[in-house]
Amino acid sequence: MAKDVVVFGSLRNRLALILTGGAALLAIVLFFVVRGYAAQIAQDGQDSILSASVSSILDAAVLREGAVELDFPYAALSMLSTSADDRVFYAIFEDGKLISGYDGLGVSQSLVGDERVFETRQYDMTPIRVVSAGRVLVGQDVPRQVIVAVAQTQDALAETLNGISRNVAVFGAGFFALATALSFWATSSTIGQLSRLTNSVTRRGPQDLSAFLKPVPSEMVPLVGSLNNLMMRLEQSLKQSEDFIAEAAHRVRTPLATVRSYAEATLQRVDKQENRDALRSMMRAIDESSRAAGQLLDHAMVTFRAENLEREEVDLVDLLSDLVQRMTPVAEMRDVGLNFESNAPANLMGDPVLLQNAFRNLIDNALKYAPSETKITVRVQTSPRLSVDVRDEGRGFAENEIDTLVGRFTRGSNTTGHIGSGLGLTIAQDVVLAHNGSLILSNRPEGGACVTLQF
Amino acid sequence: MKFLLVEDNLELAHAICSRMGLDGHTIDHAARISDAVDFAASEDYDLILLDIMLPDGDGRSFLKQHRAAKNDTPVIVLTARSQVSDRISILDLGADDYVTKPFDHAELQARCRAVLRRKLGSTQTMIHLGDVEFDPVGGHLTVKGDVINLRNRELRLLELLMNAKGQVFSKQKLVDRLFSYDDDVSDNAIEVYIGRLRKHLEGSSVQIVTLRGLGYRLDHG
Repeated sequence: MAKDVVVFGSLRNRLALILTGGAALLAIVLFFVVRGYAAQIAQDGQDSILSASVSSILDAAVLREGAVELDFPYAALSMLSTSADDRVFYAIFEDGKLISGYDGLGVSQSLVGDERVFETRQYDMTPIRVVSAGRVLVGQDVPRQVIVAVAQTQDALAETLNGISRNVAVFGAGFFALATALSFWATSSTIGQLSRLTNSVTRRGPQDLSAFLKPVPSEMVPLVGSLNNLMMRLEQSLKQSEDFIAEAAHRVRTPLATVRSYAEATLQRVDKQENRDALRSMMRAIDESSRAAGQLLDHAMVTFRAENLEREEVDLVDLLSDLVQRMTPVAEMRDVGLNFESNAPANLMGDPVLLQNAFRNLIDNALKYAPSETKITVRVQTSPRLSVDVRDEGRGFAENEIDTLVGRFTRGSNTTGHIGSGLGLTIAQDVVLAHNGSLILSNRPEGGACVTLQF
Repeated sequence: MKFLLVEDNLELAHAICSRMGLDGHTIDHAARISDAVDFAASEDYDLILLDIMLPDGDGRSFLKQHRAAKNDTPVIVLTARSQVSDRISILDLGADDYVTKPFDHAELQARCRAVLRRKLGSTQTMIHLGDVEFDPVGGHLTVKGDVINLRNRELRLLELLMNAKGQVFSKQKLVDRLFSYDDDVSDNAIEVYIGRLRKHLEGSSVQIVTLRGLGYRLDHG
């Protein structure tokens, strides 16, 4: 049945993919946000020190006799020392003309008021942060503009940033791992509910069509509901067909029984040979049709049950001795002995109804063909393999037909004069095959047929 | 012997009654469970033949009632069902045996005999004739103190002759009674069984007489 199901994706994979993918995305976003924020804070720190340094230099500038004089405050540079020995540059301009420091820091000369300009640029192949500010000194004659720029390389900042990035990366990876583990747990606990339902469906025997009563999550209620509904309908239709078979058998067999009983009673009263022959033919025909009807129903039942084999522990010795006892009156009627032999307890996992049916058909066959005052032996053996054989002392099978006799509606050529439908061996064979065994036909060296069911 | 037949199909019931009558049995017939309960309460039967599908209920409920009332008259169920599980449930309810319709009358007789043998231990049905004692249920023949076990066909032949002593049976009639219809037998097969019975009865006051061209008759004294 499983091979007919079209598989489209997997709920487990889809869920796991969505959950872990989401976790990965979250971890990456987290990494960039935290790192960006940290970079911003670190940059703000550097900027505020640089601008303090710029301010202190600007504050040192005075106008004396119309010329700018600047007593360089060395603290303005020492406050910039870092653990990474970053390099510091400065430049002081007076009215756009460099008066001290490094030229080439590329300072914008159009600064207005107290505005501070923060720029990051390349200098000498390394990135530097430049802060520049201007101040206008007003003397007796013309105002003079002093512009100060202080720059610093960013090694310490990069170091700090790298440290933070590393930590954030570790944190992000941890978050991802945890989220993945959580998603797998969530997935399997969700799928687990489904598997539990699947298991309880699989574990049921073919005859168990009762509703599922175990509590299930609310999302699965519609599924379980329709499953229960299906089971109910299945049970009803099975019951109907079983009842139908029983009813059909009753309807067919009761009138047959009437005809047969009348024919039998009449036969006791009539003397004319041709009437007697006609009555005998009638009874044979009735026996034949009732036997065929019975075996067809048996065959249908065996086919149905063999496909849905329900196994339980069967005590073969018990089953066979009951069956032999039950069939003894028929054997006695024909003056045929029916014996049962067993040497040890013999148990088998199987369907007792099917097994009984198979054995009954075999004994029935033997009874039909056994000459009177012979005996039939039913024997259970447990070694070398578990087997049941039914042996008679009749004429045996025709050697050239042994391989074909188990076929449906096949009857031996030496059975003329016996009533049969040709289904007995087929039924036995179907049953034993359903139990992973085999049916073996043979003729006994001392005469008579032997049918063995080997399990 | 006295039988109660519970069967709603009147035709079949009539056929069974007339066939059983031929063997010298008395049969009461009930077509419904309620009638059957009345019959079973007022008469003492040796055996009850019970159909399963009846107009006023399931024969199995009669069986349950019957057993619950501690009535131990043996019951043989006549069933048209063929499912083994049905048969098993019939036996579980306390039936002693069952036959599937349509049945061979000889098989029904054989089953009755087997059930009675199990239930009664065979003392009630002895037939005494001269110095011969015959137990048809147990299948024993006692001639001058010697107990002989009879084979089934010998037993049925002797029962037939003893129940109608002085009456002539043709070979054909005896064949009809003794063999089923798919047995390939000639009328001469009867001679074998007559021969055996004569041997068993040797020296007693009972003898089987051959009437040339007519058949056999059992005489005594």
